[in-house]
Amino acid sequence: MNFDFSDDQKQMRDAARKFLTEQCPPKAVREVLDGRATYDKALWKGLAEMGFLGVAIPEEFGGAGAGHLELCVIAEEMGRANAPVPFSSTVYLAAEALLLAGSDAQKQKWLPRIASGDAIGTLALFEGKGNPSPKAIKLQASGGTLNGVKKPVPDGAIADFAVVAARTGSTGRDADISLFLVDLKAGGVEAKALTNVDPTRGQAELTFKNAKAEPLGTAGEGWSILTQVLDRAAVLLAFEQVGGSDRALEMGRDYALDRIAFGRPIGSFQAVKHILADMYVSATLARSNCYYGAWALSTNASELPEAAAAARISATQAFQHCSKNNIQVHGGMGFTWEFDCHMYYRRANATALTLGSLSYWEDQLIDRMRKKNAA
Amino acid sequence: MNFDDTPQEAAFRAEAKAWIQANAPKQYEEELRKSSLGRTVLKGANILEVAKAWQKKKADAGWACLHWPKEYGGRGSSPIERVIWQQEEGPFGKLSGMFIIGHGMCGPTMMAFAGEEQKRKYLPPLASGEKVWCQLFSEPAGGSDVAGLRTRAEKKGDDWIINGQKIWTSGAHYSDYGILLTRTDPTVPKHKGLTMFFLDMKSPGVEVRPIKQASGQSDFNEVYFTDVKIPDSQRLGAVNDGWNVSLTTLMNERMSIGAGVATGFPELFDFCNSLMLEDGPAIEDRSVRSRLANYAVKASGLRYTSMRAISALSKGERPGPENSIGKLVAGSMVQEVAMYALDLQGAAGVLSGPDDAEVAGKFQAMLLRAPGTRVEGGTDEIMRNIIAERVLGLPGDIRVDKDVPFNQIPTKGRT
Repeated sequence: MNFDFSDDQKQMRDAARKFLTEQCPPKAVREVLDGRATYDKALWKGLAEMGFLGVAIPEEFGGAGAGHLELCVIAEEMGRANAPVPFSSTVYLAAEALLLAGSDAQKQKWLPRIASGDAIGTLALFEGKGNPSPKAIKLQASGGTLNGVKKPVPDGAIADFAVVAARTGSTGRDADISLFLVDLKAGGVEAKALTNVDPTRGQAELTFKNAKAEPLGTAGEGWSILTQVLDRAAVLLAFEQVGGSDRALEMGRDYALDRIAFGRPIGSFQAVKHILADMYVSATLARSNCYYGAWALSTNASELPEAAAAARISATQAFQHCSKNNIQVHGGMGFTWEFDCHMYYRRANATALTLGSLSYWEDQLIDRMRKKNAA
Repeated sequence: MNFDDTPQEAAFRAEAKAWIQANAPKQYEEELRKSSLGRTVLKGANILEVAKAWQKKKADAGWACLHWPKEYGGRGSSPIERVIWQQEEGPFGKLSGMFIIGHGMCGPTMMAFAGEEQKRKYLPPLASGEKVWCQLFSEPAGGSDVAGLRTRAEKKGDDWIINGQKIWTSGAHYSDYGILLTRTDPTVPKHKGLTMFFLDMKSPGVEVRPIKQASGQSDFNEVYFTDVKIPDSQRLGAVNDGWNVSLTTLMNERMSIGAGVATGFPELFDFCNSLMLEDGPAIEDRSVRSRLANYAVKASGLRYTSMRAISALSKGERPGPENSIGKLVAGSMVQEVAMYALDLQGAAGVLSGPDDAEVAGKFQAMLLRAPGTRVEGGTDEIMRNIIAERVLGLPGDIRVDKDVPFNQIPTKGRT
């Protein structure tokens, strides 16, 4: 047993941190937050040049072929930097779906473009309120075309292609759902950007009107593939959440050391110290759950479904806890637009919902633990 | 990152498993498995005797105190081998409860500060459970503020004469030896006038009075010292350097981190699986599942945090103050879990007798023991201070007594 990242992986984390500290300062995040850009295009190109977009994509498809542990350490840094780029939708959702279910031709077509930063991808799953469920999918597939509406679709307004969950049967079972690949620039899809709590990660409504689509994976296996994609993305996004938690904790700690009140740094008051200690505790528990998820993801262990749900819940809780209490430690200043605290608070609360909400994953975790116990 | 055993670890596991299979006191397995946090009762058997017999058997076969050097009764195992052993020992590990302080803190302190001859004399019987040790630190005036202790040690010839009182001493009523922190110079600031000793608990002048706890049990004691004589040869470390010696003891407490911190979660999960509510099994209720999931990720978070610490240990890194989170999180979680398990039982949750209560009153016993868990070995608040100050680097609390000679520190009624 060795429950830690390797030295090489840690070096990659350091490289990613250095790169993002230089290329993605809060000022750059604000360009997107304030609506002056839809995402940070220069950063996106830079990430491609560093090889980060294709780190877990095999070399034969234009990637670095490093693996998922490497992707985990980069994800953590993306979260720390609050990077305003469509990384999670493209790399965790679209690329993972292609890797899991794509044909050789589909992989050849899209994966190199993802790795080089030429294509943004996403997963179009939700149709209004609710959590992942085959029943909630109404969008119809027939004769190689799709009709219906998906929202919210992460980064849907800037994406070049989407993996779309659609209904292909009427048996009332999971087998009614199939996945499709849609070139969003080929016509038949109308994209509308939607206002959301975290403008640095866009959300959109996609309307499909006889949009041309090609099947991704075996027909009728869409739900099973989706579940695997969501589990994989849950681990990766959890690393982003842990990165964000750590950064929020650091900001709170630094402010508590710097800010003087009643003649003392506020960090010397026990009430403030205990807020920060609790932030550390939640971030640490989440990190440890994430490490287990990373191991399960990288080895494709049978524990992955349970580990992914645990990482997802723990990291969602930690990021929400740390980002809200970072504002609390900052007091009134933390609530101003000028301070960066709200950027993490926004990201924490948006991320908490993007793969299905906390209560959905709680339900999933207990289901999976029961199954394991029964087995 | 790897969770699987290496071939070497797998071999060790197989050896441990086979030995436990052949030697463990299986007649108590069921009772031990069911026993709750804070209460292990074996019907028709004296648990102290059963525990000592199991420990002795382990020691004779080379399975006691795995992390200690062989010459002192241990096995010289790696931290990961210790975890493997704990996993395989399973419920039988609960029998080692009364040795935790001796093996985790007193032994390592002796190893660091006693003479070679003393180590060879005292450590093997400690490892084998023949002799039980306790740790005499806390006092009525010095709980969290350990350095505020008042028990005096005065030099008389080759001996030291001890007078004073200790409190919250786990297991003093069945201990043979103890390590004792005393004040040897009250005219200097409090941390600078302390000295550590070890002593025979049967020495004349030592009086042990068990304390009846809120749970109704008596795990702790008050210990009174009246003109107790300790030879200077039983001093651990230099005169007035006791604070540093005690820090070594506390550091070793962190080294003894294992695979399992008791959280109450596995017990609660099993309970929710079996408990029938009006509308069906508890575990199918949405609100129950939500609560369970929250506890599940805390429990797994702690488990993997300790795995990370063990990995760091096996690479030669020292365990740091970040390991305080185990006790902090598990302590309050046990209490919440107990309250929730009773809540699920509705009105009948109030019953605590083994025949009337669900799961033989396991959760009721846990409830009554839980407040102590959050206090012993440092309160939740002290744990948070440790994390804030030593991990996050926040300023220490203002200590008005820091540079004041101990005998001039204001106390109640004397300002």
